[in-house]
Amino acid sequence: MKTMLRGNEAVAYAFKLAKINVFPMFPITPSTLVPEMISKFVANGELDAEFIPLDSEHSAISAAIGASLKGARVGTATASQGLALMHEILFIASGMRLPIVMGIGNRALSAPINIWCDHQDTMAERDAGWLQFYAESNQEGLDLILMAFKISEDKRVLLPSMVGLDAFVLTHTMEPVDIPEQDQVDEFLGEFKARYRTLDTKNPATFGAFGSPRHYMEFRYAQHLAMERAKHVIDEVFKEFGEKFGRNYSKINEEFTEDADIVFITMGSCTGTAREFIKMKRKEGKKIGLIKITVFRPFPKDEIRKALKGKKVVAVIDRNFSPGFGGAVYGEVLATMYGETETKIIDFIVGLGGRDITFQTFEKVLEIAEKSLEGEVEKINWIEVDKEAVEKEEMK
Amino acid sequence: MKNDWLFAPGHGMCAGCAAPIIVKHILAISGENTIVVNATGCLEVATTEYPRTAWRIPWVHVAFENAAAVASGIEAAMKKQGEKANIICFGGDGGTADIGMQALSGMVERGHNVLYVMYDNEAYMNTGIQRSGATPYGAWTTTSEVGMVNPIGNIRPKKPVAEIMVAHRAAYVATVNIAFLRDFKRKVEKAFSIDGPRFLHAISTCPTGWRSDPSKGIEIIKLATETGLFPLWESEHGEDIKITYKPKFLPIEEYLKTQGRFRHLLKQPEYIERIKEDLKAWWRRHGVEI
Ligand SMILES: Cc1ncc(C[n+]2csc(CCOP(=O)(O)OP(=O)(O)O)c2C)c(N)n1
Ligand code: SF4
Ligand SMILES: [Mg+2]
Repeated sequence: MKTMLRGNEAVAYAFKLAKINVFPMFPITPSTLVPEMISKFVANGELDAEFIPLDSEHSAISAAIGASLKGARVGTATASQGLALMHEILFIASGMRLPIVMGIGNRALSAPINIWCDHQDTMAERDAGWLQFYAESNQEGLDLILMAFKISEDKRVLLPSMVGLDAFVLTHTMEPVDIPEQDQVDEFLGEFKARYRTLDTKNPATFGAFGSPRHYMEFRYAQHLAMERAKHVIDEVFKEFGEKFGRNYSKINEEFTEDADIVFITMGSCTGTAREFIKMKRKEGKKIGLIKITVFRPFPKDEIRKALKGKKVVAVIDRNFSPGFGGAVYGEVLATMYGETETKIIDFIVGLGGRDITFQTFEKVLEIAEKSLEGEVEKINWIEVDKEAVEKEEMK
Repeated sequence: MKNDWLFAPGHGMCAGCAAPIIVKHILAISGENTIVVNATGCLEVATTEYPRTAWRIPWVHVAFENAAAVASGIEAAMKKQGEKANIICFGGDGGTADIGMQALSGMVERGHNVLYVMYDNEAYMNTGIQRSGATPYGAWTTTSEVGMVNPIGNIRPKKPVAEIMVAHRAAYVATVNIAFLRDFKRKVEKAFSIDGPRFLHAISTCPTGWRSDPSKGIEIIKLATETGLFPLWESEHGEDIKITYKPKFLPIEEYLKTQGRFRHLLKQPEYIERIKEDLKAWWRRHGVEI
């Protein structure tokens, strides 16, 4: 049976279904409803967990590490400035190989302060050693949180995960969501047992030791191997989830790509708009395809290379921006496609700070993508930005 | 001879450093059923160079400013697991009074069952003797340099961290000095007998940063208390502090002259007067005229 849920509610239900033991938190728009709901679940006995309202996101993720290292299943949620405040500790969570799962309401970073959607917050943490998943819908948000626990806790992985849901577009918008049955989730996740060494007075160990140049690099290499193994584990878990719950996931999702000359690459909620736009254009006889990236870390290089092989133009829709370079997804696709000289890869910076992504946005993207079939176009294209106003102001 | 301290010898802390002595006596009282969270700093860096460790109990270091938050998470997990053990945080003055103040304040306010111990060597020693909020007035450090324009060095008085913890109504707060071992042990034992957030402020000689004779580590901090500069007291649940040792009130110069960091002051009595005024005022507030 489907229930109407906001994205934040879907995330909170996922944490409840995963029977987390500890939930450290600090509120921030747009993810605040997640801790509010967990607080309610704990208060009325629906969830038997320790809820810790901390003094900051920095402390929240620090407490998450403490709890996880003590052998608890830990979830938390944040966004934007909160995630940025966690930055230092994110690397320690992955360096200590703790399977913490975090829901993110993907939101722009200050300044100017802005509470609306883009992917800058999580993109800025792509080197933090966390697995990164991006949801297109609230259903995906719920499912990905559940799967993230299973993937993160796998002995071959033992890395933390973050699952991004677009601010407001998903976090605050009602959608029909199938909430799985508890016994099915129990069966899927199994009883939580820390598959790593914990703070145990019967079996003392030192964690977070000082790593000299003689040893540091091996710890980093081990993380690299874990990320590589995660690629396989993700496939396994996605498959098992599909068999059990009837909803199928893959690291990248290809639609209409077989005959496509131009392929759009999207992440998150704007995929739905892109899909409808592409369907419309295909009716007009235009050969456009769509790739949605669900797993951004580990980056699905093999899948993307295979999917884009022989395509003429790739339009990367970037809801983020690395000043001095361009979009982050563009950079990754470009590196992945190195040597595939017949494929033109073009970047489109769109929808920053919650600017709507509409058919009109994609019309402009398509126009430039089509132009590139005949000649050179800009590599990095800012769409629907008032360039004149900015230039005028800069001239002052 | 068998060494069965839970804090093992063979670590890399300097000769004459008081921190390892403080730690091993606290662990001896706490026993094996203990989990330690250590903030970044000398104690952490010098005792756990992979693959060796000086800690014979579960120990974790996460970062500089968050030991209290990490401990909060450990305590929450233990509650869920129905386990009982002593959780001790060790943080330097920098990791406690400055960058870790917020996390500590939160931990105490939320009432976590954790003992937080600040070993106070009155500067950021691990990074090479920079001033902290707990550096006393008149001390030279590498970021409170003494010169023509500033003849004093550190121009601000020491942040009263333990008193701030009393204001938080922590379950137990005490200042401790390893040179007064009986008082020290009694307070540590008491700390372990009380539930809730507890805080110990331990003065800790740093011969390297204080520019003092490594063989005089304990004598020097003994003088800190005997001059009245490091008073020994305790407080339960936010009650008024109780002095637990009446000092001899030796002239403070006796203490200052043992350390190179105060050398410039000895030639400038007007600044020493200022320290004396502050000292008198503190003791007067606690009912003692000196
Ligand atoms: C966020 C952060 N800022 C700065 C540092 C550098 N740092 C490491 S230890 C330290 C000083 C520690 O001082 P204190 O807490 O007094 O301990 P001590 O070394 O004196 O024992 C500093 C500044 C760090 N590790 N992390
Ligand atoms: S620098 Fe000071 S605090 Fe650090 S180990 Fe040496 S004596 Fe101890
Ligand atoms: Mg210090």
